[in-house]
Amino acid sequence: MRLSAVRRKRLMWAFLVLVGAGLGAWMMLQALQKNVMYFYSVSELLEQPASSEKTVRLGGVVAAGSLRQGQGVKVFFDLTDYQKSIPVVYEGLLPSLFREGQGVVATGQLMDEGRFVASQLLAKHDENYMPPEVAAGLKKAEP
Amino acid sequence: MNRFWRWSLQWGQPAMLYQRLLRLQPWVATLAIIFLLVGGYTAFWLAPADYQQGEVFRILYVHVPAAWLSMMVYGAMVGLALLVFIWQVTIAGWAMKTFAWLGAGYTLIALVTGAIWGQPTWGTWWVWDARLTSELVLLFIYLGIVLIFDVLADARAAARMAAILTLVGSVNLPIIHYSVIWWHTLHQPPSIRGLETSMHWSMLYPLLLMALAFLLVFVWQVVWHLRCRVLMEARHTPWLAKRLRSLNQSGENG
Repeated sequence: MRLSAVRRKRLMWAFLVLVGAGLGAWMMLQALQKNVMYFYSVSELLEQPASSEKTVRLGGVVAAGSLRQGQGVKVFFDLTDYQKSIPVVYEGLLPSLFREGQGVVATGQLMDEGRFVASQLLAKHDENYMPPEVAAGLKKAEP
Repeated sequence: MNRFWRWSLQWGQPAMLYQRLLRLQPWVATLAIIFLLVGGYTAFWLAPADYQQGEVFRILYVHVPAAWLSMMVYGAMVGLALLVFIWQVTIAGWAMKTFAWLGAGYTLIALVTGAIWGQPTWGTWWVWDARLTSELVLLFIYLGIVLIFDVLADARAAARMAAILTLVGSVNLPIIHYSVIWWHTLHQPPSIRGLETSMHWSMLYPLLLMALAFLLVFVWQVVWHLRCRVLMEARHTPWLAKRLRSLNQSGENG
């Protein structure tokens, strides 16, 4: 298809607008990389100095066998990324999907003694969908 | 090739466009209703409950098609923007306005159903993670385009300005799509990646049916809106007067 000179010029402009906007967005996101992350993984948080002043979000999986009920609505559990783990204490209502082996995002502070005190707990569900019978079958097939 | 070329260009002529939209409308409407009924039945009755989320997961059958559509409509709008910007096709400008309105609607549906789904599963209506925020930005871009069309009296100037905003805003599309892969987000990664899926077939095919149903409803809406717009714009032109006269005559005869 042959384009007339004026259309070719407009095509150039459209192209420039796209490239410019893309470059701008890319640079902005590079600068904001840290802030765009909604939470730290367990290993990422442990690399930083512990600070009870700073409120952060910590994401990980509730380690199997670590969940303990405290007094009232207090719970203790370990959050893990399968490499490192952090003990967490939380007082409040639990989301209905909360259980061992479930991904969660906790908001709170990492104390000096290495314990994470959470003030909010959100369940992070995964991208797998299947009927209960299939899930049970998969579980049985596991060793 | 020549005939196809002529056929394509005829979409740009109001009289031809009106004819084709009129002929298209009953077909699209029928298909949309059939797919909505069948898709809705499979999604809300036949599909099994999820092993983790139970019945709540069914909101996915509205949320995901609306979210897909919100992005697809924008993608199509980028094509229209190029037609407006480079070739100055008047009708592409009309279509852009329709697309922007409908796209904003589907984005809103995706955001609201997502919030309703988030409350029982995540434990919150809303978080400022990359996926939710970039989808909200999409809504604002759509509304900005709608605003340009509504505020500027000169339709051609409005179309060109909206086209530029559409091109600039298209940067947001890959950000929405890859947000859950590039960054840690509360929103889970996609269940369908190319041909691979982490969704059981008994739950997947209702989703595909519903997505098709939503797409058909969208096309129906576009056909309807655009037809009305052509009539509006053509109210002083001879072809419409001729058409109306012939309609009147056939009415009197029959």
